[in-house]
Amino acid sequence: MARSSASSSERPSSGSTAAATRVYLDYAAFSPVDPRVVAVMRPFFEGGVGNPSAPHSLGLEARASLDGARAKLARLVGATPTGVVFTSGATEANNLAVKGLVSRGPGRHVVTSAVEHISVINACRDLEKHGVGVSYVGVSADGRVDPGAVADALRPDTALVSIMAANGEIGTVQPLRDIGRITRSRGVPFHVDAVNAAGRVPIAVDEWGIDLLTLSSNDLYGPPGAGALWVRPELKLSPIVLGGGQERGYRSGTENLPAIVGMGVAADLARAELQAEATRLAALRDRLLTGLVERVRGSRVTGALAGDRLPHHTSLVVPGVKADSVLLELDLRGVAASSGSACAALTGEPSHVLRAIGCDREAAEGSLCFTLGRWTTAAEIDYVIDVVPGVVERLRRLAP
Amino acid sequence: MPVVAPNKKIDCLGLFCPMPILKVREAMIPLTPGQVLEMLSDDPASEADMKSWTTRTGHELLAIERDGAVFRFLVRKTK
Repeated sequence: MARSSASSSERPSSGSTAAATRVYLDYAAFSPVDPRVVAVMRPFFEGGVGNPSAPHSLGLEARASLDGARAKLARLVGATPTGVVFTSGATEANNLAVKGLVSRGPGRHVVTSAVEHISVINACRDLEKHGVGVSYVGVSADGRVDPGAVADALRPDTALVSIMAANGEIGTVQPLRDIGRITRSRGVPFHVDAVNAAGRVPIAVDEWGIDLLTLSSNDLYGPPGAGALWVRPELKLSPIVLGGGQERGYRSGTENLPAIVGMGVAADLARAELQAEATRLAALRDRLLTGLVERVRGSRVTGALAGDRLPHHTSLVVPGVKADSVLLELDLRGVAASSGSACAALTGEPSHVLRAIGCDREAAEGSLCFTLGRWTTAAEIDYVIDVVPGVVERLRRLAP
Repeated sequence: MPVVAPNKKIDCLGLFCPMPILKVREAMIPLTPGQVLEMLSDDPASEADMKSWTTRTGHELLAIERDGAVFRFLVRKTK
Protein backbone atom coordinates (compact mmCIF):
# COMPACT_ATOMS: atom_id res chain seq x y z
CA MET A 1 0.00 0.00 0.00
CA ALA A 2 1.27 3.44 -0.88
CA ARG A 3 2.15 5.51 2.12
CA SER A 4 0.19 8.69 2.38
CA SER A 5 1.93 11.79 1.20
CA ALA A 6 0.40 13.35 4.26
CA SER A 7 2.09 10.86 6.57
CA SER A 8 3.65 13.73 8.45
CA SER A 9 0.13 14.49 9.54
CA GLU A 10 -1.39 12.22 12.12
CA ARG A 11 -4.94 11.14 11.40
CA PRO A 12 -7.50 13.31 13.16
CA SER A 13 -8.81 11.56 16.25
CA SER A 14 -12.37 10.27 16.02
CA GLY A 15 -12.85 11.29 19.63
CA SER A 16 -14.06 7.79 20.41
CA THR A 17 -12.23 5.01 22.20
CA ALA A 18 -14.30 2.33 20.46
CA ALA A 19 -12.28 0.19 18.10
CA ALA A 20 -15.14 -0.10 15.61
CA THR A 21 -14.18 0.25 11.96
CA ARG A 22 -15.26 3.55 10.52
CA VAL A 23 -14.59 4.11 6.87
CA TYR A 24 -15.23 7.74 6.05
CA LEU A 25 -15.85 8.34 2.34
CA ASP A 26 -17.89 11.54 2.48
CA TYR A 27 -15.09 14.10 2.28
CA ALA A 28 -17.09 16.21 -0.17
CA ALA A 29 -19.68 16.82 2.55
CA PHE A 30 -17.20 17.47 5.33
CA SER A 31 -13.46 17.00 5.68
CA PRO A 32 -11.75 16.45 9.01
CA VAL A 33 -9.54 19.43 9.77
CA ASP A 34 -5.86 18.57 9.40
CA PRO A 35 -4.20 18.44 12.86
CA ARG A 36 -1.37 20.59 11.48
CA VAL A 37 -3.98 23.27 10.73
CA VAL A 38 -5.55 22.98 14.18
CA ALA A 39 -2.11 23.42 15.79
CA VAL A 40 -1.58 26.75 14.02
CA MET A 41 -5.10 27.96 14.80
CA ARG A 42 -4.97 27.29 18.53
CA PRO A 43 -3.10 30.45 19.65
CA PHE A 44 -5.59 32.55 17.68
CA PHE A 45 -8.34 31.34 20.00
CA GLU A 46 -6.44 31.49 23.22
CA GLY A 47 -5.49 35.16 23.47
CA GLY A 48 -2.79 37.60 22.62
CA VAL A 49 -4.47 38.42 19.30
CA GLY A 50 -6.46 41.53 18.41
CA ASN A 51 -9.03 42.60 15.87
CA PRO A 52 -7.33 43.01 12.47
CA SER A 53 -8.86 46.50 12.21
CA ALA A 54 -7.57 47.64 15.63
CA PRO A 55 -4.81 50.30 15.68
CA HIS A 56 -2.70 48.73 18.47
CA SER A 57 0.12 46.26 18.07
CA LEU A 58 -2.09 43.21 18.62
CA GLY A 59 -4.34 44.48 15.84
CA LEU A 60 -1.38 44.97 13.54
CA GLU A 61 -0.20 41.43 14.21
CA ALA A 62 -3.68 40.15 13.48
CA ARG A 63 -3.67 42.17 10.23
CA ALA A 64 -0.34 40.58 9.30
CA SER A 65 -1.74 37.08 9.96
CA LEU A 66 -4.79 37.89 7.85
CA ASP A 67 -2.67 39.11 4.96
CA GLY A 68 -0.41 36.06 5.31
CA ALA A 69 -3.45 33.84 4.80
CA ARG A 70 -4.43 35.94 1.77
CA ALA A 71 -1.02 35.32 0.22
CA LYS A 72 -1.19 31.58 0.85
CA LEU A 73 -4.61 31.27 -0.80
CA ALA A 74 -3.51 33.35 -3.77
CA ARG A 75 -0.44 31.17 -4.25
CA LEU A 76 -2.59 28.02 -4.37
CA VAL A 77 -4.50 29.31 -7.39
CA GLY A 78 -1.86 31.45 -9.12
CA ALA A 79 -3.45 34.82 -8.30
CA THR A 80 -2.51 38.16 -6.75
CA PRO A 81 -3.06 38.28 -2.95
CA THR A 82 -4.82 41.64 -2.96
CA GLY A 83 -7.81 40.10 -4.73
CA VAL A 84 -8.69 37.72 -1.87
CA VAL A 85 -11.93 38.59 -0.02
CA PHE A 86 -12.61 36.37 2.99
CA THR A 87 -16.21 35.24 3.56
CA SER A 88 -18.08 32.86 5.85
CA GLY A 89 -17.81 30.09 3.28
CA ALA A 90 -18.19 29.20 -0.37
CA THR A 91 -21.95 29.77 -0.49
CA GLU A 92 -21.46 33.40 0.52
CA ALA A 93 -18.56 33.76 -1.92
CA ASN A 94 -20.69 32.40 -4.78
CA ASN A 95 -23.53 34.77 -3.88
CA LEU A 96 -21.12 37.71 -3.72
CA ALA A 97 -19.64 36.83 -7.10
CA VAL A 98 -22.91 36.37 -8.95
CA LYS A 99 -25.14 38.97 -7.31
CA GLY A 100 -22.33 41.41 -6.45
CA LEU A 101 -21.01 41.61 -9.98
CA VAL A 102 -24.30 41.62 -11.86
CA SER A 103 -25.97 44.22 -9.63
CA ARG A 104 -22.98 46.54 -10.07
CA GLY A 105 -22.76 46.63 -13.84
CA PRO A 106 -25.12 47.48 -16.69
CA GLY A 107 -25.25 43.90 -18.07
CA ARG A 108 -28.59 42.10 -17.66
CA HIS A 109 -27.62 38.54 -18.62
CA VAL A 110 -25.68 35.67 -17.04
CA VAL A 111 -24.39 32.44 -18.57
CA THR A 112 -24.00 29.50 -16.23
CA SER A 113 -24.38 25.72 -16.46
CA ALA A 114 -27.11 23.30 -15.48
CA VAL A 115 -24.77 21.48 -13.05
CA GLU A 116 -23.61 24.35 -10.82
CA HIS A 117 -23.75 24.26 -7.04
CA ILE A 118 -27.14 25.25 -5.68
CA SER A 119 -25.65 28.49 -4.29
CA VAL A 120 -24.82 29.67 -7.81
CA ILE A 121 -28.13 28.41 -9.22
CA ASN A 122 -30.24 30.07 -6.54
CA ALA A 123 -28.24 33.33 -6.78
CA CYS A 124 -29.07 33.25 -10.52
CA ARG A 125 -32.75 32.51 -9.77
CA ASP A 126 -32.76 35.54 -7.51
CA LEU A 127 -31.38 37.68 -10.35
CA GLU A 128 -34.06 36.26 -12.65
CA LYS A 129 -36.69 37.53 -10.23
CA HIS A 130 -35.25 40.98 -10.81
CA GLY A 131 -35.41 40.78 -14.57
CA VAL A 132 -31.93 39.46 -15.36
CA GLY A 133 -31.82 36.81 -18.09
CA VAL A 134 -29.98 33.60 -17.24
CA SER A 135 -28.83 30.96 -19.73
CA TYR A 136 -28.26 27.56 -18.14
CA VAL A 137 -25.94 25.76 -20.57
CA GLY A 138 -26.48 22.00 -20.72
CA VAL A 139 -23.77 19.36 -20.35
CA SER A 140 -22.72 16.17 -22.12
CA ALA A 141 -23.62 12.73 -20.76
CA ASP A 142 -20.43 12.74 -18.70
CA GLY A 143 -21.20 16.19 -17.30
CA ARG A 144 -18.90 18.41 -19.35
CA VAL A 145 -19.78 21.94 -20.40
CA ASP A 146 -19.08 22.54 -24.07
CA PRO A 147 -17.05 25.78 -24.37
CA GLY A 148 -18.73 26.35 -27.75
CA ALA A 149 -22.12 26.31 -26.05
CA VAL A 150 -20.89 28.99 -23.64
CA ALA A 151 -19.73 31.09 -26.59
CA ASP A 152 -23.11 30.65 -28.31
CA ALA A 153 -24.98 31.70 -25.16
CA LEU A 154 -23.12 35.01 -24.82
CA ARG A 155 -25.11 38.16 -25.59
CA PRO A 156 -24.00 41.76 -25.95
CA ASP A 157 -25.41 42.43 -22.48
CA THR A 158 -23.86 39.37 -20.76
CA ALA A 159 -22.46 40.55 -17.43
CA LEU A 160 -20.97 37.28 -16.19
CA VAL A 161 -20.12 33.70 -17.08
CA SER A 162 -20.11 31.38 -14.05
CA ILE A 163 -18.90 27.80 -14.54
CA MET A 164 -17.64 25.52 -11.77
CA ALA A 165 -14.13 24.03 -11.90
CA ALA A 166 -15.40 20.55 -11.11
CA ASN A 167 -18.67 19.01 -10.05
CA GLY A 168 -19.11 17.69 -6.52
CA GLU A 169 -21.74 15.09 -7.39
CA ILE A 170 -20.21 13.44 -10.42
CA GLY A 171 -16.56 14.53 -10.25
CA THR A 172 -16.31 15.94 -13.79
CA VAL A 173 -13.61 18.60 -14.29
CA GLN A 174 -14.65 21.42 -16.64
CA PRO A 175 -12.53 22.79 -19.51
CA LEU A 176 -11.84 26.10 -17.76
CA ARG A 177 -8.91 27.05 -19.93
CA ASP A 178 -11.03 26.91 -23.10
CA ILE A 179 -13.93 28.75 -21.50
CA GLY A 180 -11.53 31.40 -20.13
CA ARG A 181 -10.13 31.96 -23.60
CA ILE A 182 -13.65 32.69 -24.89
CA THR A 183 -14.69 34.98 -22.03
CA ARG A 184 -11.44 36.89 -22.20
CA SER A 185 -11.71 37.43 -25.95
CA ARG A 186 -15.30 38.67 -25.50
CA GLY A 187 -14.44 40.81 -22.48
CA VAL A 188 -16.95 39.09 -20.15
CA PRO A 189 -15.97 38.46 -16.51
CA PHE A 190 -15.52 34.74 -15.74
CA HIS A 191 -16.41 33.37 -12.31
CA VAL A 192 -15.29 29.87 -11.29
CA ASP A 193 -16.61 28.00 -8.26
CA ALA A 194 -13.43 26.04 -7.47
CA VAL A 195 -14.60 24.49 -4.20
CA ASN A 196 -14.35 20.87 -5.32
CA ALA A 197 -11.22 21.32 -7.42
CA ALA A 198 -8.89 23.57 -5.43
CA GLY A 199 -6.04 21.64 -3.85
CA ARG A 200 -6.98 18.58 -5.90
CA VAL A 201 -6.18 19.69 -9.44
CA PRO A 202 -3.95 22.62 -10.47
CA ILE A 203 -5.67 25.97 -11.00
CA ALA A 204 -4.00 28.98 -12.62
CA VAL A 205 -6.26 31.97 -12.33
CA ASP A 206 -4.18 34.48 -14.29
CA GLU A 207 -3.08 32.06 -16.97
CA TRP A 208 -6.60 30.71 -17.55
CA GLY A 209 -8.36 34.07 -17.72
CA ILE A 210 -10.41 33.63 -14.54
CA ASP A 211 -11.73 36.86 -12.99
CA LEU A 212 -13.48 35.60 -9.85
CA LEU A 213 -12.81 32.35 -7.98
CA THR A 214 -14.62 30.76 -5.03
CA LEU A 215 -12.72 28.74 -2.42
CA SER A 216 -13.84 26.85 0.66
CA SER A 217 -11.69 26.29 3.73
CA ASN A 218 -13.09 22.92 4.73
CA ASP A 219 -12.58 21.42 1.28
CA LEU A 220 -8.87 22.14 1.80
CA TYR A 221 -8.93 20.36 5.22
CA GLY A 222 -9.24 23.73 6.93
CA PRO A 223 -11.92 24.65 9.48
CA PRO A 224 -15.54 25.11 8.36
CA GLY A 225 -16.90 28.65 8.55
CA ALA A 226 -14.37 30.27 6.25
CA GLY A 227 -14.22 30.74 2.52
CA ALA A 228 -12.95 33.25 0.05
CA LEU A 229 -13.77 34.94 -3.20
CA TRP A 230 -10.79 35.98 -5.27
CA VAL A 231 -11.69 39.05 -7.32
CA ARG A 232 -9.49 40.42 -10.08
CA PRO A 233 -8.42 43.76 -8.58
CA GLU A 234 -9.68 45.86 -11.50
CA LEU A 235 -13.24 44.42 -11.19
CA LYS A 236 -15.86 46.11 -9.02
CA LEU A 237 -18.62 44.39 -7.04
CA SER A 238 -21.56 45.54 -4.94
CA PRO A 239 -21.26 44.05 -1.45
CA ILE A 240 -24.07 41.82 -0.20
CA VAL A 241 -23.17 42.13 3.51
CA LEU A 242 -23.03 45.73 4.73
CA GLY A 243 -21.35 47.17 7.79
CA GLY A 244 -17.93 48.47 8.78
CA GLY A 245 -16.25 48.00 5.43
CA GLN A 246 -13.87 45.13 6.15
CA GLU A 247 -12.36 43.18 3.23
CA ARG A 248 -12.10 46.29 1.02
CA GLY A 249 -15.78 46.95 1.66
CA TYR A 250 -16.80 43.75 -0.11
CA ARG A 251 -17.56 41.82 3.07
CA SER A 252 -18.26 43.73 6.24
CA GLY A 253 -17.96 42.13 9.66
CA THR A 254 -14.89 41.36 11.77
CA GLU A 255 -12.89 38.68 10.05
CA ASN A 256 -13.00 35.17 11.54
CA LEU A 257 -9.25 35.23 12.11
CA PRO A 258 -8.66 31.75 13.60
CA ALA A 259 -10.56 30.09 10.76
CA ILE A 260 -8.93 32.30 8.11
CA VAL A 261 -5.44 31.57 9.44
CA GLY A 262 -6.37 27.89 9.40
CA MET A 263 -7.61 28.18 5.82
CA GLY A 264 -4.28 29.75 4.83
CA VAL A 265 -2.25 26.93 6.35
CA ALA A 266 -4.58 24.41 4.76
CA ALA A 267 -4.03 26.05 1.36
CA ASP A 268 -0.27 25.88 1.81
CA LEU A 269 -0.39 22.18 2.71
CA ALA A 270 -2.70 21.45 -0.20
CA ARG A 271 -0.33 23.19 -2.60
CA ALA A 272 2.75 21.39 -1.29
CA GLU A 273 1.08 17.97 -1.35
CA LEU A 274 -1.21 18.35 -4.36
CA GLN A 275 0.71 16.32 -6.88
CA ALA A 276 1.57 13.36 -4.65
CA GLU A 277 -1.87 13.30 -3.07
CA ALA A 278 -3.70 13.53 -6.40
CA THR A 279 -1.68 10.59 -7.74
CA ARG A 280 -2.29 8.51 -4.62
CA LEU A 281 -6.03 9.25 -4.53
CA ALA A 282 -6.55 8.76 -8.28
CA ALA A 283 -5.16 5.22 -7.93
CA LEU A 284 -7.52 4.49 -5.02
CA ARG A 285 -10.42 6.10 -6.91
CA ASP A 286 -9.88 3.91 -9.96
CA ARG A 287 -9.56 0.81 -7.78
CA LEU A 288 -12.90 1.64 -6.17
CA LEU A 289 -14.65 2.56 -9.43
CA THR A 290 -13.43 -0.57 -11.20
CA GLY A 291 -14.10 -2.79 -8.21
CA LEU A 292 -17.67 -1.59 -7.78
CA VAL A 293 -18.65 -1.55 -11.45
CA GLU A 294 -17.28 -5.10 -11.89
CA ARG A 295 -19.05 -6.48 -8.85
CA VAL A 296 -22.31 -4.56 -8.62
CA ARG A 297 -24.53 -5.90 -11.37
CA GLY A 298 -25.89 -3.25 -13.72
CA SER A 299 -24.05 -0.36 -12.08
CA ARG A 300 -22.40 2.37 -14.10
CA VAL A 301 -20.14 5.30 -13.39
CA THR A 302 -21.59 8.81 -13.52
CA GLY A 303 -19.35 11.65 -14.69
CA ALA A 304 -16.09 11.66 -16.60
CA LEU A 305 -13.16 9.27 -16.24
CA ALA A 306 -9.41 9.45 -15.60
CA GLY A 307 -7.88 12.89 -16.12
CA ASP A 308 -11.24 14.57 -16.61
CA ARG A 309 -12.37 13.43 -13.18
CA LEU A 310 -11.48 14.74 -9.72
CA PRO A 311 -8.85 12.41 -8.24
CA HIS A 312 -10.79 11.74 -5.04
CA HIS A 313 -14.25 11.27 -6.55
CA THR A 314 -16.23 8.09 -7.17
CA SER A 315 -19.88 8.13 -8.17
CA LEU A 316 -22.16 5.57 -9.73
CA VAL A 317 -25.80 4.69 -10.27
CA VAL A 318 -27.08 1.32 -9.17
CA PRO A 319 -30.38 0.20 -10.70
CA GLY A 320 -33.03 -1.55 -8.60
CA VAL A 321 -32.15 -0.02 -5.23
CA LYS A 322 -32.75 3.22 -3.40
CA ALA A 323 -29.60 5.09 -2.41
CA ASP A 324 -31.03 5.85 1.04
CA SER A 325 -31.40 2.14 1.82
CA VAL A 326 -27.89 1.37 0.59
CA LEU A 327 -26.43 4.21 2.67
CA LEU A 328 -28.27 3.01 5.78
CA GLU A 329 -26.97 -0.53 5.32
CA LEU A 330 -23.46 0.76 4.68
CA ASP A 331 -23.65 2.90 7.80
CA LEU A 332 -24.44 -0.21 9.84
CA ARG A 333 -21.27 -1.72 8.41
CA GLY A 334 -19.21 1.32 9.35
CA VAL A 335 -19.11 3.05 5.96
CA ALA A 336 -20.12 6.72 5.62
CA ALA A 337 -20.97 7.71 2.03
CA SER A 338 -23.60 9.85 0.34
CA SER A 339 -26.10 9.99 -2.49
CA GLY A 340 -24.35 13.04 -3.90
CA SER A 341 -26.70 15.91 -3.17
CA ALA A 342 -27.95 16.98 0.24
CA CYS A 343 -30.59 19.12 -1.44
CA ALA A 344 -31.97 16.20 -3.43
CA ALA A 345 -31.84 13.99 -0.35
CA LEU A 346 -34.08 16.48 1.46
CA THR A 347 -36.75 16.71 -1.24
CA GLY A 348 -36.55 13.19 -2.63
CA GLU A 349 -36.33 14.69 -6.13
CA PRO A 350 -33.53 13.61 -8.50
CA SER A 351 -30.69 16.11 -8.24
CA HIS A 352 -30.40 18.78 -10.91
CA VAL A 353 -26.97 17.42 -11.81
CA LEU A 354 -28.22 13.87 -12.48
CA ARG A 355 -31.14 15.27 -14.46
CA ALA A 356 -28.71 17.35 -16.51
CA ILE A 357 -26.65 14.30 -17.50
CA GLY A 358 -29.81 12.51 -18.57
CA CYS A 359 -30.37 10.11 -15.66
CA ASP A 360 -33.98 9.02 -15.40
CA ARG A 361 -35.72 9.06 -12.06
CA GLU A 362 -35.06 5.39 -11.30
CA ALA A 363 -31.34 5.66 -12.00
CA ALA A 364 -31.11 8.86 -9.96
CA GLU A 365 -32.70 7.11 -6.99
CA GLY A 366 -29.80 4.66 -6.92
CA SER A 367 -27.05 7.27 -7.01
CA LEU A 368 -24.06 6.65 -4.73
CA CYS A 369 -21.11 8.92 -4.13
CA PHE A 370 -17.88 7.99 -2.34
CA THR A 371 -15.44 10.86 -1.86
CA LEU A 372 -11.95 9.96 -0.72
CA GLY A 373 -9.53 12.12 1.20
CA ARG A 374 -6.23 12.65 2.92
CA TRP A 375 -6.66 9.78 5.37
CA THR A 376 -8.27 7.23 3.06
CA THR A 377 -6.31 3.97 2.86
CA ALA A 378 -6.23 1.13 0.33
CA ALA A 379 -7.49 -1.23 3.04
CA GLU A 380 -10.59 0.95 3.45
CA ILE A 381 -11.23 0.94 -0.28
CA ASP A 382 -10.95 -2.84 -0.39
CA TYR A 383 -13.37 -3.13 2.53
CA VAL A 384 -15.95 -1.01 0.64
CA ILE A 385 -15.47 -3.05 -2.55
CA ASP A 386 -16.17 -6.16 -0.45
CA VAL A 387 -19.22 -4.81 1.35
CA VAL A 388 -21.22 -2.89 -1.28
CA PRO A 389 -22.10 -5.75 -3.70
CA GLY A 390 -23.63 -7.86 -0.90
CA VAL A 391 -25.64 -4.93 0.42
CA VAL A 392 -27.02 -4.18 -3.05
CA GLU A 393 -27.94 -7.82 -3.76
CA ARG A 394 -29.69 -8.16 -0.39
CA LEU A 395 -31.74 -4.99 -0.99
CA ARG A 396 -32.64 -6.13 -4.50
CA ARG A 397 -33.95 -9.43 -3.13
CA LEU A 398 -36.06 -7.53 -0.59
CA ALA A 399 -37.44 -5.12 -3.19
CA PRO A 400 -41.10 -5.75 -4.15
CA MET B 1 -61.39 26.96 -14.67
CA PRO B 2 -63.63 25.94 -11.75
CA VAL B 3 -63.00 27.87 -8.56
CA VAL B 4 -61.45 25.66 -5.90
CA ALA B 5 -61.32 26.94 -2.36
CA PRO B 6 -58.11 25.78 -0.75
CA ASN B 7 -58.31 24.15 2.70
CA LYS B 8 -54.90 25.47 3.62
CA LYS B 9 -52.53 28.16 2.29
CA ILE B 10 -48.77 28.47 2.61
CA ASP B 11 -46.57 31.41 1.64
CA CYS B 12 -43.16 30.48 0.19
CA LEU B 13 -42.41 33.92 -1.28
CA GLY B 14 -38.70 34.72 -1.12
CA LEU B 15 -37.69 31.09 -0.65
CA PHE B 16 -35.70 29.04 -3.15
CA CYS B 17 -35.41 25.34 -4.05
CA PRO B 18 -35.55 23.08 -2.05
CA MET B 19 -37.60 25.05 0.51
CA PRO B 20 -40.94 25.38 -1.37
CA ILE B 21 -41.10 21.62 -1.97
CA LEU B 22 -40.15 20.86 1.63
CA LYS B 23 -42.82 23.25 2.92
CA VAL B 24 -45.44 21.72 0.61
CA ARG B 25 -44.55 18.22 1.70
CA GLU B 26 -44.87 19.21 5.35
CA ALA B 27 -48.12 21.10 4.82
CA MET B 28 -49.74 18.15 3.03
CA ILE B 29 -49.29 15.76 5.96
CA PRO B 30 -52.26 16.86 8.12
CA LEU B 31 -54.61 17.23 5.11
CA THR B 32 -57.08 14.47 4.33
CA PRO B 33 -57.36 13.02 0.80
CA GLY B 34 -59.41 15.34 -1.37
CA GLN B 35 -58.35 18.50 0.45
CA VAL B 36 -56.49 21.22 -1.42
CA LEU B 37 -53.35 23.17 -0.57
CA GLU B 38 -52.49 26.58 -2.01
CA MET B 39 -48.84 27.54 -2.25
CA LEU B 40 -47.41 30.90 -3.33
CA SER B 41 -43.83 31.07 -4.63
CA ASP B 42 -41.67 33.47 -6.61
CA ASP B 43 -38.82 31.02 -7.21
CA PRO B 44 -38.54 30.74 -11.02
CA ALA B 45 -37.74 27.02 -10.56
CA SER B 46 -40.87 26.25 -8.57
CA GLU B 47 -43.06 25.51 -11.59
CA ALA B 48 -40.81 22.69 -12.78
CA ASP B 49 -40.24 21.50 -9.22
CA MET B 50 -43.94 21.33 -8.39
CA LYS B 51 -44.74 19.47 -11.62
CA SER B 52 -41.99 16.97 -10.91
CA TRP B 53 -42.96 16.54 -7.26
CA THR B 54 -46.65 15.97 -7.95
CA THR B 55 -45.85 13.50 -10.75
CA ARG B 56 -43.63 11.54 -8.41
CA THR B 57 -45.94 11.58 -5.40
CA GLY B 58 -49.22 11.17 -7.27
CA HIS B 59 -50.87 14.27 -5.79
CA GLU B 60 -52.99 16.25 -8.24
CA LEU B 61 -51.68 19.62 -9.43
CA LEU B 62 -55.01 21.37 -10.03
CA ALA B 63 -53.74 24.75 -11.17
CA ILE B 64 -50.69 26.86 -11.81
CA GLU B 65 -51.49 30.55 -12.02
CA ARG B 66 -49.01 33.32 -12.50
CA ASP B 67 -49.31 36.95 -11.49
CA GLY B 68 -46.13 38.74 -12.49
CA ALA B 69 -43.29 36.92 -10.74
CA VAL B 70 -45.58 35.10 -8.31
CA PHE B 71 -46.82 31.57 -8.94
CA ARG B 72 -49.93 30.22 -7.25
CA PHE B 73 -50.19 26.45 -7.10
CA LEU B 74 -53.21 24.39 -6.07
CA VAL B 75 -52.51 20.77 -5.12
CA ARG B 76 -55.15 18.19 -4.19
CA LYS B 77 -54.04 15.48 -1.81
CA THR B 78 -54.89 12.12 -3.36
CA LYS B 79 -53.88 9.62 -0.69
